[in-house]
Amino acid sequence: MTEIFRGTWVVSYRELLRFINERSRLVGSFAQPLIFLVIFGAGFGNLIGAVAPGVDFIQFMYPGIIAMGVLTTALFAGVSVVWDREFGFLRELLVAPLGRTGIVLGKALGACVVALLQVSLMLLIAPIVGVRVEVSTVVRLIPIVFVLSTALSGLGLLVASFMRSQQGFQLLIQLLIFPLIFLAGVFFPINQAPDWLQVVSKFNPLTYGVDAIRQVFLGSDAGAQLGVTVLGHTMTLPEEVALMSVFAVVLLSIAAWAFNRQE
Amino acid sequence: MIIEVDGLAKHFGEIEAVKGVTFGVEPGEIFGFLGPNGAGKTTTINMLCTLVHPSAGSARVNGFDVRHERGEVRRSIGLVFQQTTLDEYLSAEQNLRFHAYAYGIPAELREKRMTELLNMVDLADRRKGSVRTYSGGMKRRLEIARGLLHHPKVLFLDEPTLGLDPQTRRLIWDYLLALRDQEGLTIFLTTHYMDEAEHSDRIAVIDHGRIVGMDTPIGLKRSVGGDLVTIAAADNQAAAAEITARYGAETTLRDGTVSFNVAHGAEFLPEFVRSFSQPLTSVMVRQPTLDDVFLHLTGREIRDSELDSQEQLLAGMARFRGRQARR
Repeated sequence: MTEIFRGTWVVSYRELLRFINERSRLVGSFAQPLIFLVIFGAGFGNLIGAVAPGVDFIQFMYPGIIAMGVLTTALFAGVSVVWDREFGFLRELLVAPLGRTGIVLGKALGACVVALLQVSLMLLIAPIVGVRVEVSTVVRLIPIVFVLSTALSGLGLLVASFMRSQQGFQLLIQLLIFPLIFLAGVFFPINQAPDWLQVVSKFNPLTYGVDAIRQVFLGSDAGAQLGVTVLGHTMTLPEEVALMSVFAVVLLSIAAWAFNRQE
Repeated sequence: MIIEVDGLAKHFGEIEAVKGVTFGVEPGEIFGFLGPNGAGKTTTINMLCTLVHPSAGSARVNGFDVRHERGEVRRSIGLVFQQTTLDEYLSAEQNLRFHAYAYGIPAELREKRMTELLNMVDLADRRKGSVRTYSGGMKRRLEIARGLLHHPKVLFLDEPTLGLDPQTRRLIWDYLLALRDQEGLTIFLTTHYMDEAEHSDRIAVIDHGRIVGMDTPIGLKRSVGGDLVTIAAADNQAAAAEITARYGAETTLRDGTVSFNVAHGAEFLPEFVRSFSQPLTSVMVRQPTLDDVFLHLTGREIRDSELDSQEQLLAGMARFRGRQARR
C-alpha cells in the first residue's frame, strides 16, 4: 500500500519540478489564458455588452478563462505521459517499485498542484478585469480547481494510455480541446444556447467547473441566471463540486485500469 | 542461482519474439546474450525486468517471481536500457535523487551514495548540469550510476555501449568489471557486439527467439571445430571439392572464398599450400571468433541478419512501441 503513496508523491514531485524548471511552460500557462481574455474581451466586449445585469463580457469570460487554463494544465498530465514514453523516462518509472496506479495518481496530483499555482497567478489580474477577489473567493476556489483539474487530468491520462505516438496524441487532444472549451460556456452562456448544444455540454466536466468558478466570482444570483441546469434543476455550487468529483473518480479509475493493462 | 529462467516465451499477436528459453545465472557472473537485432534479447530482458508479461514459462530473479513478486524483483535489479531513460530537463543530481526517492532509499544513505557513484563514473564535477548538455557517453555513465544507486543484486544492460565510441566503451567496461570484482555484482547483458560479449563469463547465443548455444566464450569457440582457413582459388567449386575429398572437411563458399575448419591451422597451412592442386589466389588462417560461433550455430553472420524480414518486422514493432535505440 505504501507503494502507491510513494509512487504518487514521487511522480507529482517530478511534475512540479519540471514545471518550475521549464521557463516556457511557466510563462505559457499564464500567458495563454491572459491573451484569450484580452483579445476576446477587447474584440467582443463592445459587441456583446452586458451578459447579465451588472456583468459585462469580460467579467463573464474571466471565470471561463481560468477554467480553460486549468483544462490545458490538466491535459498536460496526459501529454507528459506521452512525452515520457517517447523519450524513455516512462521506462524508468515503470521499472521502479512505484506501481502503475501510483504513477497515474502522481501525474494527476502534479497537474492539480500546477493548476492551483496557475489559478493563483490568474487571480492577480482580477482587479484589472473588474472582478473582486477576497479571501473567501480563494478558499472556495481551491476545492473547485482541485476536482476540476483531477477530472480533466484523468481524461488526459486516459487518452494518453491509448495513444502510442506523440503526434496521434496531440491530434486527438487538439480535436478534444476546442469542443470542450466552447461547449462549456466559456464564451457564451450555455443555458441560452440551442437545446442540442446544452445536452452535449452537460456531459462535459468543464461545464460544471466554469459555472462553479463563475458562481464564486459573480455571486449566486448572476450565477443562477447564467447557470447550468440538469434535468430542470439549476446546479448549486456544492452540487457541481460533487458532480466533478464523480467525474474525477470515474475518469482516474479508468485511466489507472488502462495503464495497468497496457504497459 | 540468482536468475532462473524456465521455458520463458513471449508472443506479440502472431509474432513469436521469444520461443521458450531456459537458463540460469550464478551470482557474481557476467552473463551475455549474444545475437542479432530482433533475436529476442530485448524482449527477454523486458520480461526479466517485469516490464512485459511473459506469454509462457517462468522466471525468478533474486529468488522472486517476475509475474507475482514484481516489486521485490524491481528492488533487486538495476537497468540500463538501449534508449536513454533520463529526464533531460533535470540535472544529473535531480535525476539521481528522483531515483533514490522512487526506490525508497533512506535519507542518510541517499546523498552519500549519490556522491559515491558520481565519483565512480567521473561525473562529480558535472552533477548540477542539465542532462541535455551531456554527451552520449556521459549519459550512459549517469544511467549506470543511477542503476546502481539502490544496491541492486543484478544489473541488466541492454546493449550498453551501442552508439558509443571505442574509448568510452572501454571506460564503461572498466567500471563494470571493477564493480563486479568489488561488489560481487551480477551483470546480465545483451549485445550484438562480439568484443563486448567477450567480457562475459558465459554467453547464450540467441537467434529467432531461441537459445542455440550456451557456454563460456572459449568453450563456444572450441565447438566450432578448430581454426578457420579461408582460401580463394581460380575455381572455388573445384577447390572446395578437393578439400572435402582430401581432408574430409565441410566447406563454406561465400563472398568468393572457401572456408573450412582444421585443428591446428598454422601447422596445417604450409603443407596445404604446397600440396594443393588447384591454383590459389589467397590464403588466410585465424582462430575462431564469436562471429564464427554464430555462423556455425545458425548458418549466418550476425550482421547479415539485418536483412531478415522477420527481424525487420520485429525491429519495426519495437520502434512503434517507442523502443528505438536513439542516442
